[in-house]
Amino acid sequence: MALLEIKNLSRSFGGLQAVSDISFSLVEGMIKAVIGPNGAGKTTLFNLICGNIPLSAGTIRFQGQHIERLKSHQIAALGMSRTFQNIKIFPGMTALENVMVGCHTRSRAGFIAAMLRLPQTFREEREIRRRSLELLELVEIPQTADCEAASLSFGQQRAVELARALAAGPSLLLLDEPAAGLNIYETAELARLITKIKELGVTILLVEHDMSLVMDISDEIVVLDFGRKLAEDIPARIQQNRAVIQVYLGDDEDA
Amino acid sequence: MGISKRNIPVLLLIALVVIVQLITAGTDTSFYLTQLTMTAYYSLVIIGLCLLMGYAGQLSLGHAGFFAIGGYVSAALTTHNLIGLRHNQLIELLNKTGLLSMGQDIYGEKILTVIPWAACLAAILVTIIIAFAIGKPVLKLKGHYLAMATLGFGIIIFRFAMATEYFGEADGISGVPPFHLLPGLTVSGDFGARISNYYIAWGLVLLGMILSLNLVNSRVGRALRAIHGSEEAAAAMGINASRFKLYTFVISAVFAALAGVMLTHYNGGIGPSEASVMKSVRYVAIIAIGGMSSLWGALCMGVILNFMSLRGMFGSYDGAVFGAILVAMMLFAPDGILRLPLLKKLWRKNGPARN
Amino acid sequence: MSLQLFTQYLFSGITYGILYAIVAIGFNIIYNTTGIINFAQGEFVMLGGMCAISLHEYMPLPAAILLAVIITGIIGGLIEIIFIRWLDSPSVLRMIIITIGLSILIREAALFVWGESVRSLPYFNGDAVTSVQIFGANISPQVLWVIGVCSVIVVGLSLFFQFTYAGREMRACAANRTAATLCGINTRSKITWSFMLSAGIGAVAGCVMSPITYTQYDIGPGLAIKGFTVVILGGLGNSMAAVAAGLLLGIVESFSIIVVPMAYQEVISIAILLIVLFVRPHGLFGSSETACLQDF
Repeated sequence: MALLEIKNLSRSFGGLQAVSDISFSLVEGMIKAVIGPNGAGKTTLFNLICGNIPLSAGTIRFQGQHIERLKSHQIAALGMSRTFQNIKIFPGMTALENVMVGCHTRSRAGFIAAMLRLPQTFREEREIRRRSLELLELVEIPQTADCEAASLSFGQQRAVELARALAAGPSLLLLDEPAAGLNIYETAELARLITKIKELGVTILLVEHDMSLVMDISDEIVVLDFGRKLAEDIPARIQQNRAVIQVYLGDDEDA
Repeated sequence: MGISKRNIPVLLLIALVVIVQLITAGTDTSFYLTQLTMTAYYSLVIIGLCLLMGYAGQLSLGHAGFFAIGGYVSAALTTHNLIGLRHNQLIELLNKTGLLSMGQDIYGEKILTVIPWAACLAAILVTIIIAFAIGKPVLKLKGHYLAMATLGFGIIIFRFAMATEYFGEADGISGVPPFHLLPGLTVSGDFGARISNYYIAWGLVLLGMILSLNLVNSRVGRALRAIHGSEEAAAAMGINASRFKLYTFVISAVFAALAGVMLTHYNGGIGPSEASVMKSVRYVAIIAIGGMSSLWGALCMGVILNFMSLRGMFGSYDGAVFGAILVAMMLFAPDGILRLPLLKKLWRKNGPARN
Repeated sequence: MSLQLFTQYLFSGITYGILYAIVAIGFNIIYNTTGIINFAQGEFVMLGGMCAISLHEYMPLPAAILLAVIITGIIGGLIEIIFIRWLDSPSVLRMIIITIGLSILIREAALFVWGESVRSLPYFNGDAVTSVQIFGANISPQVLWVIGVCSVIVVGLSLFFQFTYAGREMRACAANRTAATLCGINTRSKITWSFMLSAGIGAVAGCVMSPITYTQYDIGPGLAIKGFTVVILGGLGNSMAAVAAGLLLGIVESFSIIVVPMAYQEVISIAILLIVLFVRPHGLFGSSETACLQDF
């Protein structure tokens, strides 16, 4: 069964069709990439899936459940995590605390329990801390745990964001241009990391500009142009797809 | 658990409270205790507001309103004579359950009033209900809209207190009876009870502080700071921002209302000036000076400024002093006085090195 | 209700409503150029009235009013130059707290200079009992002055923003400050001008209203919250809608006396503010789509 199933998804802003009639699905355990030129509707698509903006038409099913009417925090609680294109790290918190926020949906302590610091809250807190440290190790920056997250390097901040997203124990991870702003070495590191996360059994949907990264790690690619789906295939065949080449390299006849 | 690093300031506060009391006893200056007790109750409001402003990131220019709701409800219930209504079924029921007490006023007239414990609980309950009702729509607003809406709420409470006969109009309510907290512990302005009241008040501050510190250093506190940092990212972590903001609003309102109840019993009355906009602005000013998201900073500044103000050290310039502090702080040190560049440098030099 | 009483209430509502509208326009002028809601707006009205009252002891009324308006305008400009100008993209919270602090300081200074006493300017024509008969109701000529002067301000402002170069520059500054700067407009000085203009028209309102409403050092906050209610009713930044909203609020408030005691009058208008904020934060006349398109 498909983990994520998108059918006839549309969204318009005023007269502009940002996303129109897009359908695709995501099978458990794969990495799927969404590519397309600037303004193709990639980010809008992401925001629609996460519940950040309401959709105009269509359906989104996650683990068989309709999520198009849910708010973004409810969708996150179902097991969908994401990272942001322009890193949204929580300032004024350490790297570890940032990851600990990610454990939110897996813990329960409410206001009263937290204020009274009940024994089970205490235990839960210890568990969250242990798990978060593990995740920092997974993304290979355990030494940054007690540093203020905002003071870390760009690449490290991306890693913190990744660990934070994983902390919720998601079944689906959405990565919004994870390689943006990284140099080629950092990008190679990132590719390794994403593959490692996939091996943990997390399904990944990513939006990316960096073609080498996309071709490297994705199992399938969806190409968008002007809000429409242009193609959907495995990387090798996308590279041969005439329509895709036209979009990226310009129309031969016009040139 | 042993003495962890986090407990040290709490222990210091306890020591300081005791030492100050001993000094006043030793130097025969126990009249200071009166202002110190009042300061403690105002500090309780500030701790609550600091949770809301510093951690949940929501401005409230109407917190004096919650203080007044607590004070007024408690004062009204414990002073209004229900004797004329004693045959009413509800009143009879309340009387039977021991929630009312029969007494005599100075003219020997029988008076039937609600006991302070019940009045206190009623005041807190009313506050919770109002805070939920007002917080739900208000916290959807941001920036100027939030500021004006909370300011508007504060003014409504002020005007309501001023215009309603039941709440004594411009005179407020006086003759509020002592609050027998526990056997041997009574909240009242009685000279004999000065020392015990000092400890009651500071005990409450301590309790409020510990509860708040626990909250801040928990899953909830992290969620609040996350909301403050980026609401979108917080939502992506599964945090229900509006619910967390609302609950924090209610908790901070309860802190204010409890302070209102206690101070009203301590002073034996309450007037509409407690609900005035100036009071709300003053609470905000103190938190701004303490550095928004610093409970200890807010508490320190709250104690210092409230005590100076209550001792009349600013004379007739009281309002002007707070206005000037607000402007100067926001111009030169928007992160609070402890984070002034100069102080920061000193801190770096002498204090523990940061990672 | 008799026609006479109705007219009486109506004119009273219009008088106050137009005052609120002027305060609201003051809010909007500053908001449009800076994105700041100036919580000290009500203090400008108070300052205008107080200055004119003091100056009137030494000079004829028109000169006193003119000078009071100029002084208040200069104070407005100075506030911008001293407190606002050099802040580098301050947060909304910071600006709210600064302007609240300024309003307290102005109020305390006024208390220090003028004391707590209630003062007023003399009636421009006749005295407190002079009246004009309209539909059998006795209307003070001062009311007609208020309506006249404020209408002139509103029309004058709209002409200023539509047809003068300076006005258009200020609108450009409002629409997009960066773009305006790139076009060679001195946005800084435009912001100072907007503070002076805003303070000046507040002062005019403070003067013409003074004989009817009286002037005291602490009238500012009440006016500010009513003015803000009007701003919200009309939609933030929309001054023409603010006039309609101001009249609406003034008239509602005036007629509310029939059902609600006088002492609760302010509660009514603030309740209106809260309800509008909760239900239609973009204003009665605006739509949410156009709420982001600012205009004067």
